[in-house]
Amino acid sequence: MKQDAIMIKAQDNVATALRDLDAGQICRFVAGKKTFNVTIKEPIVYGHKFAVVEIPKGTDIIKYGEVMGRATAHIPQGAHAHVQNIESLRGRGDLGKKGA
Amino acid sequence: MEFLGYKREDGGVGTRNYVGILSTVICGNEVAEKIASQVEGATAFLHHQGCCQTPVDINRVNDVLIGLGKNPNLATVLLVSLGCESTNIHKVADAIGATGKRVETVVIQEEGGAAKSVAQGILLAQAMVTDASKQKRVPFPLSELVLGLKCGSSDTTSGLSSNPVVGILSDLIVAAGGTSIVGEVTEFIGAEHLLAKHAKDEETARKMLFLVERMENRAIQMGFDIRGGQPTGGNIKGGLSTIEEKSLGAIAKAGNAPFQAVYEYGVKPDVKGLVVMDSPGREPEILTGLAAAGANVIAFTTGRGAPQGFPFVPVIKLTGNEKTWKNLKDHMDFSVSSVMEGAETFTEAGERLLAELIDVASGKRTKAEISGYTSSMDIYMVGPVI
Repeated sequence: MKQDAIMIKAQDNVATALRDLDAGQICRFVAGKKTFNVTIKEPIVYGHKFAVVEIPKGTDIIKYGEVMGRATAHIPQGAHAHVQNIESLRGRGDLGKKGA
Repeated sequence: MEFLGYKREDGGVGTRNYVGILSTVICGNEVAEKIASQVEGATAFLHHQGCCQTPVDINRVNDVLIGLGKNPNLATVLLVSLGCESTNIHKVADAIGATGKRVETVVIQEEGGAAKSVAQGILLAQAMVTDASKQKRVPFPLSELVLGLKCGSSDTTSGLSSNPVVGILSDLIVAAGGTSIVGEVTEFIGAEHLLAKHAKDEETARKMLFLVERMENRAIQMGFDIRGGQPTGGNIKGGLSTIEEKSLGAIAKAGNAPFQAVYEYGVKPDVKGLVVMDSPGREPEILTGLAAAGANVIAFTTGRGAPQGFPFVPVIKLTGNEKTWKNLKDHMDFSVSSVMEGAETFTEAGERLLAELIDVASGKRTKAEISGYTSSMDIYMVGPVI
């Protein structure tokens, strides 16, 4: 089956679009043994991520079953998950400055 | 399985047979470039180092030039020196010559200027090409391959398709008794705990973790969020949000083989199998580091379409992004978009890539070589210019 998106591990909370996705469309994909149907909230460009579940602010972003960052805002299910609402936890020289 | 290569005096095997025109300092670049441009079969290595630097970096310039000169893809070497640089040209010439390789030198201040140096260099290089061209390719086992790994202009397809396929390739080369070198330590940040599990032992894991910590601290000391620098602006357009996400995809290149040892930048491995080498992720520095470490072929994954090659080591470009494959035909050698769609397994794509690698090692020209997009080269420095 040609999937619209790919999610690596069943515990991930983001998936990656395998084609340009439109707002309102239902995106269907399989991860592990589970099938997901996510209603896309806003246009998602090929290769970009969207939230598979609702992700509260401050939650770890999980991809490949691993922590890849943290939500800096509430990310609704089906919304674009990227630099506008995800921050890195590593290489943050800027945090040292703020703390000083 | 075998490939067709060139036997070298020190036991190495070349996949190419160039006369290398190596500039020993930034100030020799013009002459080295002119010599190489006038001699079919010669190629120049140019860089921006070799003077007004701390001893740490000057020693590195010496060592990297030695490593490049020893690379089995060079039949013989012509060093181009200005004459007053900090690079120790005698040390470099002697160390390369110790392999049994012919080494010649042109010193601009001694020859009487650029015009005379170019003329002298052309005549030397012509004779060296004549000698090199007598050599024939003969069969060698895959254990003679030293594979360099690289990803560039990555997007989310890199971690989902091309990097895991290169991981399979790396495992196949290691299983055949060959060597595979993974660098780009910046792109271990956030994934080093996974890579550490692949270390031969705890000591080797600790050495790798030290490189990652050193690289991250270098970035942090600048006082900024590294995002924008890593991941790059292009990575972000391609959908990568954080360095951790990029790293989690990037380390898939290393496959599943245990890594046997950890080296500083540009150091030739003294063991077979998968090894880790310190290097940043930027193309000129890592491609040069891999070549100095003796890589005779490089597999380079890209998402958005990185065109860079290297003067004397073939660089195979592969992508899992079907748009890039269609859009950048003159730069891409190999597509793995099939695995993104589930039409081909990672193992099948990895075996297909091995066949391509054997062809390229045996003389098939890469897109970067054909288009002449091969000047991504420089030496990774750690200290200031002074």
